[in-house]
Amino acid sequence: MHIVVCIKQVPDSAQIRVHPVTNTIMRQGVPAIVNPYDLFSLEEALRLKDEYGARVTVLCMGPPQAEAALRKAISFGADDAILVTDRAFAGSDTLATSFALASAIKKIQEDMPVDIVFAGKQTIDGDTAQVGPGIAKRMDLQLLTYVSKIVELDLDKREITLHRRAEGGVQVLKTQLPCLITMLEGTNEMRFATMSNMFRAARYPLKQWDKDAAGIEDVTKIGLKGSPTIVSKVFAPQPKLVRAEIIDCESREPKDLAVTLLAKMFTKHPNLAEEIGKASA
Amino acid sequence: MDEKFDAIVVGAGPSGNAAAYTLAKAGLKVLQIERGEYPGSKNVQGAILYSKALEEIIPDFRDDAPLERHVIEQQMWVLDDESYVGSTYRSAEFNKEPYNRYTIVRAQFDKWFSKRVQDAGALLVCETTVTNLIMDGQRVIGVQTDREGGSVYADVVILADGVNSLLAKKAGFHAELEPKDVALAVKEIHFMPEETIQSRFNIAEGEGVVIEMAGKITQGMMGTGFLYTNKDSLTIGVGCMLSDFKQQKITPYLLLEQMKAHPAIKPLIEGGEMKEYTAHLIPEGGYKAMPKLYGDGWMIVGDSGMFVNAVHREGSNLAMTTGRYAAETIIDLKEKKLPMSARNLALYQGRLEDSFVMKDLKKYKNMPEIFHKNNQFFTTYPELVNRAAHTMLTVDGVDKKTKEREIRKSFKQRRSLFGLMGDAFKMWRAFE
Repeated sequence: MHIVVCIKQVPDSAQIRVHPVTNTIMRQGVPAIVNPYDLFSLEEALRLKDEYGARVTVLCMGPPQAEAALRKAISFGADDAILVTDRAFAGSDTLATSFALASAIKKIQEDMPVDIVFAGKQTIDGDTAQVGPGIAKRMDLQLLTYVSKIVELDLDKREITLHRRAEGGVQVLKTQLPCLITMLEGTNEMRFATMSNMFRAARYPLKQWDKDAAGIEDVTKIGLKGSPTIVSKVFAPQPKLVRAEIIDCESREPKDLAVTLLAKMFTKHPNLAEEIGKASA
Repeated sequence: MDEKFDAIVVGAGPSGNAAAYTLAKAGLKVLQIERGEYPGSKNVQGAILYSKALEEIIPDFRDDAPLERHVIEQQMWVLDDESYVGSTYRSAEFNKEPYNRYTIVRAQFDKWFSKRVQDAGALLVCETTVTNLIMDGQRVIGVQTDREGGSVYADVVILADGVNSLLAKKAGFHAELEPKDVALAVKEIHFMPEETIQSRFNIAEGEGVVIEMAGKITQGMMGTGFLYTNKDSLTIGVGCMLSDFKQQKITPYLLLEQMKAHPAIKPLIEGGEMKEYTAHLIPEGGYKAMPKLYGDGWMIVGDSGMFVNAVHREGSNLAMTTGRYAAETIIDLKEKKLPMSARNLALYQGRLEDSFVMKDLKKYKNMPEIFHKNNQFFTTYPELVNRAAHTMLTVDGVDKKTKEREIRKSFKQRRSLFGLMGDAFKMWRAFE
């Protein structure tokens, strides 16, 4: 079995700031990390490898420094890593990115057919959740997003059974391989790399593909040219300045606490009783 | 793991990088293990880079190292609550290449240094904690890490794991740090436009200013404050002995807040955006607090060996130099095919003794004690000096002779004549 996991290197959004005047994102000094959502997909791929045996190839599109993200994936136990990097990709939106990644995966297929493609549910910098589905569409793969559990993989029948989180419940789905899966966050926990994998990651001769190596001929489909997205405005949400209030209550009994809270609400909003009356009428 | 290395370096700060680089450059098989996410992620320093120590290791470092500004001016302030008396040394000489001192931002500098180490051929493994030294009797033969299959072996292990060297402590090479031997420093980085910094500090592009501060800002504790100009940010911080913090029950961040509110400092940092707040221990116990520096199969370098000259604010240069000496010792022994025994590694101690490292540390060996016992150096004197300056500079119809008498009287009131002479003698003894 051959699994491809698409990952992205992103700025640690917890540390990112928007410039107060120019409204541009200040990336200076912000550490780059593997998109956290991707790690759930990578771990799931590694678990399939542990259980069923597989070659796991990690694929990343990004600038040369994204190499660090791929080495990290190798340290967790991925077998191969390919960095698709080319100046021509600069300015790619999700449409252009999914095109480039799909082209690269097709190229990877030439070496060994791919059974499952994993992608992160979304990134923490773009938050669109479009790249995974975009790849599936372009490669004509079964698309399985928000997957919470892989129940079974039948390699003979080439079938996979899994749980997919949906509105109001969980869908149990069975589908044919090849497919594309995006894992729901919190469904697994990334393993702690072994020392030998740490060594392998540090020594791994990373493969770098430019657009030609990735099999891309039509340059109008990549980079800025291939990106119809227009960013009209970037702004930082204003932090809310509402302070929480601590309400004193001598008793610790739930009933007394509730009464105190209600009393406080009604004194603070004198029209509350009237509004509740209106609403229930 | 079956793989064996010539040397394992624990830590990727200045001392560890200097050691790993020197070893790898000589063709030795080196493994470097770093606890942080990447080299520099856990490191805290002002920071001033003294060129000489790095030049000895990487002569062409100026070509691509992330240097902020070269220092052309040094100020020393003695502060009272509302004022300071200062001295400045600024020289056009400092503007001639090659520059001697630079301000740096360690997170970036360490990344660069580490890149050089890896390019030289050392194998770096991050996010990995060395939990134990593997011993064969008295001899260190490798390290155990917190990872599965995490035991790795080497002929020699260099401990470059920083001030609070848990490893050395665990192995019994090193006693628990005493609060009187370490300073706790806190610092912030405030971002502001390059031009603002340049006009505020009267400097041109690429030029930098260093301000060292002592006096009331440490609220009677033994310590100093500092302010450095980076390219588009200012580093401001204060450090005091941990034992003093403990005794005075002052929190470090409050101390820094109060320092930032000082009328002479506030306008300098005005309008900056604080982007980094860090705290770190600095080993300032000096020569008398140093642990044993080598043994069978191991050596200690940098902060873990207390290699800090607190008087001259030197640390990273000592770290790099000790790292290099340790590596050179190993290279010598390897060439001669000699084992890494305590007796052979004693060459390291010899190298240190012959160099400025031990000479300087010995020179100031009484310093910590004298300052610990005499906090008037941090309280009474700054106040008196400031008051004296104020008296002399206020034109109020009082004649200068009377003013001088008043100043002398104020000194004698606060400190007996005997005390004043005693202090002068102590200072002389500390610096002799």
